[in-house]
Amino acid sequence: MGQATATQPVMEKPVFDIRNLNLWYGKNLALKDIDFKIYNNEITAIIGPSGCGKSTFIKTLNLMIQNIPGVRMSGEINYEQTNLLHDRVDLVDLRKKVGMVFQKANPFPKSIYENVAYGPKIHGIKKKGKLDEIVERSLKDVFLWDEVKDRLNTSALGLSGGQQQRLCIARAIATTPDVILMDEPTSALDPISTIKIEELALELKKNYSIVMVTHNMQQAARVSDRTAFFLMGELIEYDQTDKIFSAPSDKRTEDYVTGRFG
Amino acid sequence: MNSKVADRIATTIFYLIAATIVTVLVGLLGYIIYHGFSKLNLDFLTSPSSSFRAGGGIGNQLFNSFYILFLTMVFTVPLGLGGGIYMAEYARPGRLTNAIRTCIEVLASLPSIVIGMFGLLMFVNLTGWGYSILGGALALTVFNLPVMVRVCEDALRTVARDQKEASLALGITHWHTIKTVLLPAAFPSILTGAILASGRVFGEAAALLFTAGLTTPTLDFSNWNPFDATSPLNIFRPAETLAVHIWAVNTQGLIPDVREVADGSSAVLIISVLLFNLLARWIGSIVHKKITASK
Repeated sequence: MGQATATQPVMEKPVFDIRNLNLWYGKNLALKDIDFKIYNNEITAIIGPSGCGKSTFIKTLNLMIQNIPGVRMSGEINYEQTNLLHDRVDLVDLRKKVGMVFQKANPFPKSIYENVAYGPKIHGIKKKGKLDEIVERSLKDVFLWDEVKDRLNTSALGLSGGQQQRLCIARAIATTPDVILMDEPTSALDPISTIKIEELALELKKNYSIVMVTHNMQQAARVSDRTAFFLMGELIEYDQTDKIFSAPSDKRTEDYVTGRFG
Repeated sequence: MNSKVADRIATTIFYLIAATIVTVLVGLLGYIIYHGFSKLNLDFLTSPSSSFRAGGGIGNQLFNSFYILFLTMVFTVPLGLGGGIYMAEYARPGRLTNAIRTCIEVLASLPSIVIGMFGLLMFVNLTGWGYSILGGALALTVFNLPVMVRVCEDALRTVARDQKEASLALGITHWHTIKTVLLPAAFPSILTGAILASGRVFGEAAALLFTAGLTTPTLDFSNWNPFDATSPLNIFRPAETLAVHIWAVNTQGLIPDVREVADGSSAVLIISVLLFNLLARWIGSIVHKKITASK
């Protein structure tokens, strides 16, 4: 990884700066000594075979991992001058700034409008006019507005899978986060919806940092600026996406991206 | 070939079992309703029971049953909901939680006569209330609470985990998530569970024999001051419920028309429980539609 940063002259300040992160599920060490930086206005893809710790890792960034009983962590996760593992963090504030989109679209069984307005409402926005504005802007940002503007008050469960996932992204950006975490956001979608989400991610990175866990190496190659390869809880290689896919420095990365295992 | 035959035999057996169950239930229900139906008229349902002469009704008993049921649910629902939320959302796996769960399970399977005896000790003798509606309702609360806790816990647990995650990931606090995501989603099943539990409470006799008593004082249905001795709303008066009445007229009744009164009461009881069940399904599905679709 020392080499990786050497080939990377950009001295931009990272959004997340993670150092020596270890994570245990009970007695099992699930993440080993992870050093990781996430940069602004980029899509960072995390790839690796099942069980490599990539979903675990992404869930540490908004501390969702702490909902799982028996999880212990050591090291540093620095986000905006605070070490999430050490300093007292207000989870409400953190998750307002670090939004998350899940593998399976999980809209609330409420209306489309209520789904998007839910976060802002609870974070204190009461005025109907302001909420309307947020809902419209968020839905426009995910290119869903034109499809649903005439039925904002119908159930979100009536949308197609791809629409539901875009709605979930709209719900996440309605609270104006800095970072959006996406945990395999397209693994349950058909190819056309997948492409829409990918295009959306490329659009969104102009305003947000995106961290995307993906099973799909083509997807990582298509959309991401940097790619990290995880294997059995270790970060094997982390570099510019072109480099990972064209000239990886680790043999295991090469084997994985060329489809020799995983 | 063999497995095909086995499959066919299994299918037949399960159909037969189902048919047996349905036959027994329909037979029982039909028998009770057939015998009791002729007794059902407004007069029987509203007039007070008689001690010696024929022609008494079940007006007071019917009122008592609903009143005790109402009070029981007033106590049970908030407690059960609180317990269910604790068990589903706050209890950490461990010895304490296991102990609580065991207690709830034991309590749920406690014979109702034992709860009746406990009620006699606690709510009749210790409090000095004597036989009272309040004592009966509290005994039934003990009887009903474990079921209610289970219903609420299960209802909350069956709300998809990803719904909860979605809310937490938006930075919403645990309590707010419970309030705005979990409870609304669990509400239809909680409601259904509560109504079904009502049916059980409505038909309960043993727990009430020694707590609410076997008698009803003369009631004045024009007096709604809950503190008057003759008021139907007085919670410190003894009250014989419908289920207890059936037991009482059959074992110690002096009226010549015991059979008719018992038949009629049973029919009313069964029909009420049936209505509870239908109501539970109906309201449950309406609320479900209302919550999941839009306002």
